[in-house]
Amino acid sequence: MDKEKNQNENTQNEITLKFKIIDILYIVMMIAPIVIAITLKVLFTPGGDGVNITGPLIYVRIPFALQDIIITEAQINSWLILITIFGVCLYMTHGLSENPTLKRQHFAEMIVEKAEALINDNMGDYYMSFTPFIMAIMAISAFSSLMSLFGLFPPTSDMNVVAGWSILVFGIITYYKLKCGPLNYMKEFTKPVAVLTPINIISEFATPVSMAFRHYGNVLSGIVVSVLVGSALQGLSRMLLGWAGGFIGSIPLLQVGIPAILSVYFDVFSGLLQAFIFAMLTMLYVSGAFDLDAFMEYKRKKQEKKNKKLKIKQTNLEEN
Amino acid sequence: MALAIGIILGCCALGAGIAMIAGIGPGIGEGNAVAKACEAIGRQPESKGAVTSTMIMGCAIAETTGLYALIIAILLIFVAPNTFINALQKAQEMGLFNL
Repeated sequence: MDKEKNQNENTQNEITLKFKIIDILYIVMMIAPIVIAITLKVLFTPGGDGVNITGPLIYVRIPFALQDIIITEAQINSWLILITIFGVCLYMTHGLSENPTLKRQHFAEMIVEKAEALINDNMGDYYMSFTPFIMAIMAISAFSSLMSLFGLFPPTSDMNVVAGWSILVFGIITYYKLKCGPLNYMKEFTKPVAVLTPINIISEFATPVSMAFRHYGNVLSGIVVSVLVGSALQGLSRMLLGWAGGFIGSIPLLQVGIPAILSVYFDVFSGLLQAFIFAMLTMLYVSGAFDLDAFMEYKRKKQEKKNKKLKIKQTNLEEN
Repeated sequence: MALAIGIILGCCALGAGIAMIAGIGPGIGEGNAVAKACEAIGRQPESKGAVTSTMIMGCAIAETTGLYALIIAILLIFVAPNTFINALQKAQEMGLFNL
C-alpha cells in the first residue's frame, strides 16, 4: 500500500519536474530572441557619438543576379519576434486541462474569448475563421512596435514590413470581392455612376497604401520625435553643466527620465493603438468587401444555370 | 556646383516645412472629434467606454493625412537631397551641362 502511494507521488513529481523544465524552455524561447537581437544590434552598430536617425542596419548582403539580396535589421527582428510570439503561445497553452488549475489557462481563455467577441462584433458569424489571422496580425504588430522599448529597431518603422502586411490584406480583400464572380467585381467599380470608374480604381489601390503609410508613419514619427527631443536634451544638459568640464560636464542631467515619459506615449500607447487599428481596418475592409446575401444569390443563380444546362443535355440525349 | 547643391538643400528644407502645413487639417479634425465626444459623454455618461474607443479609432484614421505630410517631409529631409545631388552629378558627368 505504502509502496504504491510512493510510486504515485514519484510519478507525479516526475511529471511536474518535466513540466517545469518544458516551461523554462518556453520562457527561454520567449527571451532568447530579444537577447539575440540586442547582441546583433550591438555587434553591427557602427561606432560614433551622438544621436542620428538612420534606416535599418544592413546585416548581410547576398550578391544576386539582378539585385543584391539585402537582409536588414527589420527582417531579422521580425523573424525573432515571430519566435517570441510562438514561445508565448506555447507557454500559455502548456498544460491545458478541463479543470484548470493554472493561472495562465484562465488568462489564455480570456484572450481567446475577447478575440472572438471582437471578431463577432465587427465582422459577424460568417467570419469566425478569421480570428487567428486577425489576432496574429495584431500580436505581430504590437510586439514589433513594443520592441523599441529595448532600444531595438522596431520592424514596423520599416516601410517594407508594413507594406508586406497591407499587400496581404489587400489580397484577401480582393479574393472576397471576387467571390461573387469577376463580372460583379467589375460592376462594383462603376457604382454609383459610370463616370467615377477611374476614381474608384484609384481608391481601390489607396486602401493598402494608406494602411501601410498610417502604421509606418505613426511608428516612425515617434522615433523621430524621441530622437529630436533626446538630442535637444543632450544639448541643454551640456549647456548647463558643460562649463565645469571633465566628469561633471559629461553628466546627462536632463536625459534621465524625461525621454521615458515620451516613450510611454510614442512606444507603448501609439504602438498598441496602431496594432489595434490595423486589425480593425482589416476586419472592416474584409467584411465590407463581401455581402453574404449577394453571394447566396450568385450561388443560387449559378446552380440554376447548371441545372438548365443539364436539362438541355438530357433532352438532347432523349431526342437522339 | 556648390550653388546648385545649396539650392537643392534649401529647397528640400523649405518643401519639408511647407508640407507640414497639412498638420493643420488633422489638428482641427481631431479637435472637433474630441469636442463632440466630450459632449456625448456629458449627455450620456454611461456610454463613456464605447464613445472613447470609437473616438480614438476615428482620431487615428483622421490622422492619416497628417502622416502622409509627415512622411513626405521626412523623405524630403533624409532621402531627397542625396538622390537629387547624385542625379545632378551624373548629369554633369554625362556632359549635359556644366556648372
